Amino acid sequence: MADRFTLALAQTSPKLADVEANLEGYAEVVADAAGQGADLVVFPELSLTGYHLKDDVPTVAARLDSKVVARLKELSKQTALVAGLVEESPDFHFYNSAIWFEDGEIRHVHRKVYLPTYGMFDENRYFARGGRVMAHDTGLARVATLVCEDFWHPSTSYIAALDGALAIVCPSSSPAHGISAEGEQDENARTWELFNRATAQVYGIFIFYANRVGFEDGVGFWGGSEVVGPDGQVLVKAPYYEPALVCTEIDLGAARRRRIAAPVLRDEDLDLTARELARIRRSRR
Amino acid sequence: MSATESGAPESGLAIPELPVNAALLEKILVGFLREEVGKTGATNVVVGLSGGVDSALAAALAARALGPPNVLGVQMPYRLSSNESLEHAAELAEATGIETMTIEISAQIDAYFADFPDAGALRRGNKMARERMTILYDQSARLGGLVLGTSNKTELLLGYGTLYGDMASAVNPIGDLYKTQVWDLSRALGVPASIVDKAPSADLTPGQTDEDDLGFSYPEVDRLLYAMVDLRYSRESLLEVGFAADFIETVGQRVQRSQFKRRLPVIAKVSARTIDRDFRYARDWGL
Repeated sequence: MADRFTLALAQTSPKLADVEANLEGYAEVVADAAGQGADLVVFPELSLTGYHLKDDVPTVAARLDSKVVARLKELSKQTALVAGLVEESPDFHFYNSAIWFEDGEIRHVHRKVYLPTYGMFDENRYFARGGRVMAHDTGLARVATLVCEDFWHPSTSYIAALDGALAIVCPSSSPAHGISAEGEQDENARTWELFNRATAQVYGIFIFYANRVGFEDGVGFWGGSEVVGPDGQVLVKAPYYEPALVCTEIDLGAARRRRIAAPVLRDEDLDLTARELARIRRSRR
Repeated sequence: MSATESGAPESGLAIPELPVNAALLEKILVGFLREEVGKTGATNVVVGLSGGVDSALAAALAARALGPPNVLGVQMPYRLSSNESLEHAAELAEATGIETMTIEISAQIDAYFADFPDAGALRRGNKMARERMTILYDQSARLGGLVLGTSNKTELLLGYGTLYGDMASAVNPIGDLYKTQVWDLSRALGVPASIVDKAPSADLTPGQTDEDDLGFSYPEVDRLLYAMVDLRYSRESLLEVGFAADFIETVGQRVQRSQFKRRLPVIAKVSARTIDRDFRYARDWGL
């Protein structure tokens, strides 16, 4: 664990269903970020494969013992990285996964739990659902990874915070939709930014939000990747709708200061929550 | 919202205005064209210039995305087309700097209908729209470019267009914009006022206007469609905010009955994987 480290967010525009090309892109970004002194690079959700894969999900999937994953391990000797890809399990299920690589090894695999399947989204048709939300230790800090829609369920950030995470790492493929008369970003982007700031401030936690850009079948992704500090202040912000690599220094002392000023987590009554949730669960049976 | 132009009573329910954010829309739509065209390997687009605001806006966006020399506007008048349409198309070319050409379609249309003299205006209009489509696709093949779509969301929802005619294209930057949004964005992007401010017309017969054809105005129907489609208001809520029952009925039926124009033809399923049912890939597959 470090008190300070340098974080990079890779706001990429993946090529749909072309893992080889996207892996090349990863290698370039990692080299660039390492050159800028980054200790960690966070890539967007499914940035190794593209998003609207549909029937190509099995075609681009990688097992944890695959050559593709071996190459990501190799890259992580330059700097730790969080990759977004389709993970194939030994029993042939396909997960929308975010994997933390560090020092040539896998540190953690998060399989997306909440697969949006409504409106323009169809993830549950193609992906198996993950079953765990947890914080985990890394060489830099204790963190929790939540993939895109996971973060829209407040229960996930609640679990992450109570499990001791100092940062929520959120790789995302969030599409631009909803136009309002004012502002330089779309409505969906604005909602995300609100959630990021509110969650950061409520729990005194960092948010590392890496969103993609580019267009697939007319759907544009809004970018706007950002790091939000535990006091709700934006530490670094990538541009909307354009590729970028942005870096910032993370001082974990900011979480300490926030939690002294507003000890919400200290006062959180986990037993009460567990009891009430158990009661609600019983009443729904 | 207080009483609306259509005389709606005060109500707890209110329909927000159709939003226009010209700077943001321009950024998204120009980025869309640059990427979706570029991905195919093409560098240019071909667009039918009718003299109307939809093709003008599509051309103006393409000019910004790809550069004016990479946009070819084709005017395809029939002998009864209004001179005003041609003048407005020329004004648009002047304002945007795009390339233009003119191809008359009177000879082939008249040759065909010589054998079917009783054909009415609808058949003739559809035939002309499809004739223009074949020309645009041929010109796009000549240039190795793509055909740019010019159907707006209002037309697409109402089915107010010719299937495989003006509805045919490879990329459409304005298909998710209602007509009133097309007007607002066009003004912001400097499309000449003579084009934006005139009464919209398919120019199939002299003096025709869309709003006469349809029986309602674009601002009226856009408000209704926005509430019905985008905001998913129920029939009860639509009545409550002041839309007339027969207006809701007419427009609802138009949307439903034109669904076939927005989909691939119906395919009889016999195999395990049928195109577009359980054989599903992005349109950008492999691009």
